Amino acid sequence: MAQPRSVDESFLALPLSALADAALTRAVDLGCEHADLRVERIRTQTVRLRDARLEALADGEDLGLAVRVVHEGTWGFAAGVVLTAAEAVRLAEEAVAVARVSAAMNTDRVELAPEPVHDGEWVSAYDVDPFAVPDVEKTALLVELSERLLAADGVEHVQSSVSQVKEQKFYADTAGTRTRQQRVRVNPELTALTVDRTTGTFESMRTLAPPVGRGWEYLTGTGWDWHAELAELPELLREKVKAPSVDPGRYDLVVDPSNLWLTIHESIGHATELDRALGYEAAYAGTSFATVDKLGTLQYGSPLMHVTGDRTVEHGLSTVGWDDEGVAGQQWDLVRDGVLVGYQVDRNMARLRGMERSNGCAFADSAAHVPVQRMANVSLHPAPDGPSTEEIIGGVERGVYVVGDNSWSIDMQRYNFQFTGQRFYKIEGGRLAGQLRDVAYQATTTDFWGSMTAVGGPQTHVLGGAFNCGKAQPGQVAPVSHGCPTALFENTTILNTKQEGGR
Amino acid sequence: MSTLSPQQLVEAALAASQADGSVVYVTDSSEANLRWASNSLTTNGAMRSRQVVVISFVDGGAGMATGTVARTGTPDIAELVAASERAARDAGPAEDAMPLISEAPAGSGDWDADVAETSIDVFGDFAPALGEAFGAARDRGELLFGFAEHQMSTTYLGTSTGLRLRHDQPTGRVELNGKSTDFGRSVWAGVGTRDFTDVSVADLAAEVQQKMAWSQRRIDLPAGRYETLLPPSTVSDLMIVAYWSMEARDADEGRSVYAKAGGGNRIGERLAQLPLTLRSDPHAPGLETAPFQVVGGSSGSASVFDNGMATPAVDWIRDGVLTNLVRPRAWALRTTAPATAAVDNLVLEDPNATATQAEMIARTERGLLLTTLWYIREVDPQTLLVTGLTRDGVFLVEDGEVTGAVNNFRFNESPVDLLGRATEASRSVRTLPREWNDWFTRASMPMLRVPDFNMSSVSPAS
Repeated sequence: MAQPRSVDESFLALPLSALADAALTRAVDLGCEHADLRVERIRTQTVRLRDARLEALADGEDLGLAVRVVHEGTWGFAAGVVLTAAEAVRLAEEAVAVARVSAAMNTDRVELAPEPVHDGEWVSAYDVDPFAVPDVEKTALLVELSERLLAADGVEHVQSSVSQVKEQKFYADTAGTRTRQQRVRVNPELTALTVDRTTGTFESMRTLAPPVGRGWEYLTGTGWDWHAELAELPELLREKVKAPSVDPGRYDLVVDPSNLWLTIHESIGHATELDRALGYEAAYAGTSFATVDKLGTLQYGSPLMHVTGDRTVEHGLSTVGWDDEGVAGQQWDLVRDGVLVGYQVDRNMARLRGMERSNGCAFADSAAHVPVQRMANVSLHPAPDGPSTEEIIGGVERGVYVVGDNSWSIDMQRYNFQFTGQRFYKIEGGRLAGQLRDVAYQATTTDFWGSMTAVGGPQTHVLGGAFNCGKAQPGQVAPVSHGCPTALFENTTILNTKQEGGR
Repeated sequence: MSTLSPQQLVEAALAASQADGSVVYVTDSSEANLRWASNSLTTNGAMRSRQVVVISFVDGGAGMATGTVARTGTPDIAELVAASERAARDAGPAEDAMPLISEAPAGSGDWDADVAETSIDVFGDFAPALGEAFGAARDRGELLFGFAEHQMSTTYLGTSTGLRLRHDQPTGRVELNGKSTDFGRSVWAGVGTRDFTDVSVADLAAEVQQKMAWSQRRIDLPAGRYETLLPPSTVSDLMIVAYWSMEARDADEGRSVYAKAGGGNRIGERLAQLPLTLRSDPHAPGLETAPFQVVGGSSGSASVFDNGMATPAVDWIRDGVLTNLVRPRAWALRTTAPATAAVDNLVLEDPNATATQAEMIARTERGLLLTTLWYIREVDPQTLLVTGLTRDGVFLVEDGEVTGAVNNFRFNESPVDLLGRATEASRSVRTLPREWNDWFTRASMPMLRVPDFNMSSVSPAS
């Protein structure tokens, strides 16, 4: 039974206000136009098994504080791990020193879009704190699930793991905002492998359960039917091993939400980050083809396409009460009727673009890192009266149905991508006609989304996601969810990966 | 930082331990960075942190079990040790159990010395020089983007068997990316460094300027197989993928590119026609790294029981033949093979190579000269087929001269297969991997000539 939650008392008992008062007062004394302080405690645990035996159980806690300033129009940032007022003052001074060194390279004054002052507490939706569950219980559950797979014919090896995070943040700034937050997320995975030593070949299949903003209840039946998935996995793996290699060519592609979430992440989520469009990620993660001159006119894809950014959806991995600049969570349109209409922004970028307000996309993965523009939950909306997956497949004469994500790669402007999956099925005459092997699909973003001719209904919708999306320098990871229905993409290029690797 | 020194924290945790064995390590880190875009600073920072890791080993009768707990900052040592021992008691017997290391490896630093640190001051000369480069680029109508980072980590590792090992690890890198104002042309230069004293902003800016000049002429080419010159950065990104896949257990169990048909692994098999050596050496000049293992959690390629184990130089491939795979002591014992540990640097070299990169370009009749690779992901673990993209400069070489910039491509290739097809290698030089330099900066690689590199499709990205 879900209980109303508050931020753990052990976090609130830290000297949060004293640290904020010390750092922010010093920053103002040093002439800063803006300053903010974050105190973050991030508890992580990964339990990893190999063939139903515990390989590693890594338990970590990261606790630190960070001061960010705008000093004479230049950013300065400093972070440490000692939670004393003296250290908070030192960090404020060091952040100003960093800003002074950096001023030699700064030509654009930093200004932040306004945000109402907030004072509050927010906790994500979960029932069972995974860190309250004994390690023995967690390991025993993974052993049991692994052994179910190992007992099946043809399954020689099983990898299993569950990653768990509890993230607590205190944010304060010189405008007066004070927020306290707590989020929980889990990421379970099981992979079955079969090996043919005679030929030296092997094949694997992984569970489709996405990472979610839920607690330990996710592993015991809430939000995912593990029993059903593990019961069918070995037979699906056996079928995959015997499946014929795909004939490369162009096919109608029916994409299951378990695969489409990642295509959305790469080709829409990252492409509609304004920092990329403006060049702030140019040297690392890259830029975006969806440049600001195209806002309101770029035909991103089919008129069936409605995509939103959302920091509020329940169980979303990117869902927050406030972002790391004190901006309240919101939902907004990125692509409407197939046209680019919005971006994900932080407060500096919002001001640069003349927007009245940030849409709350600043995030730092720990106190050690400066907040950068990070992805909201970016989701493709289902058609309100849309078809089922079976109905979509039923309308395809010759095609491929892809389930589950695997390999992913896209270029630095988010045009050319190539993805694989866990399972690919041949579609003949509106019916599934067995699995295929060695399949990858390759496309250009606007061509792909422009070829979408059917969008599934709400009954096909699944909230998928990534636990560790990488971006920025120094590198940071962020969790993010993507909801989507099943969808149909006509005339898509299918590669045979064995032939791609051949000579 | 805590009033306790890292050495005191290690001793306090070892003293508090009630376990049958324990390993404690403390890593103090400091870091400074600058990031810029469009000839202006974007973000920056100076950070300090301390990580304290306690690993307890408890013999429950059926075998030794382990528990690892890590905390940053100034944790309560008694609580930390107790949590680690609780985790060990709750875990089952470890498959990789071995007696803890008790013999000190050679090359450990001075245990009693203070922590080594860096600060924003490391950029004292660099930042003004970069500001000047911004001005020069602006005058040419070009934009500079990039990142500079310097980290210093000091690790103190102590064990209940009496080891007291210390290592200082400096790590630095600079990436400089040049673009035209319409972003239609893009080039890159990057270097790894230990202390920034050997970084010349002027040299990096000159390399960017030369490549921008090369890219004035644009040539569109279709997908296909091309003779391709892979410069050291691209070779390092591909060899790192091959290195990260070198787990002996995976190969022995038949689930890796290094597994042999019929069972066993491919050690002894020729992978390259050229007499290439792929090796790691903690004492490689300019690429120095820890000469002993520090492991927080066991996996198929490392074991917490091997903490403190010497990591001597090892040839992974020698004279083109696969020679070693990464093998913790426990797996080595089960397979009667030598234990080997991954080292945080990588060198590929052809001992017979005398050519410079420029000389290899000069004797190319027609081929592609790449700059960097990006978004490299495994497509097929069986062959280690990976996909990825060219980035920031694909140049056409004709009759020994660069004649223009070509569109980018998506490629599908296996680094292991590429080794077998490479027909020429240059002298090896220190290089900065482009894709993996968040984790891996210490590499020395040659340029490789591959006669038929598979450019699978065209990428419109620039």
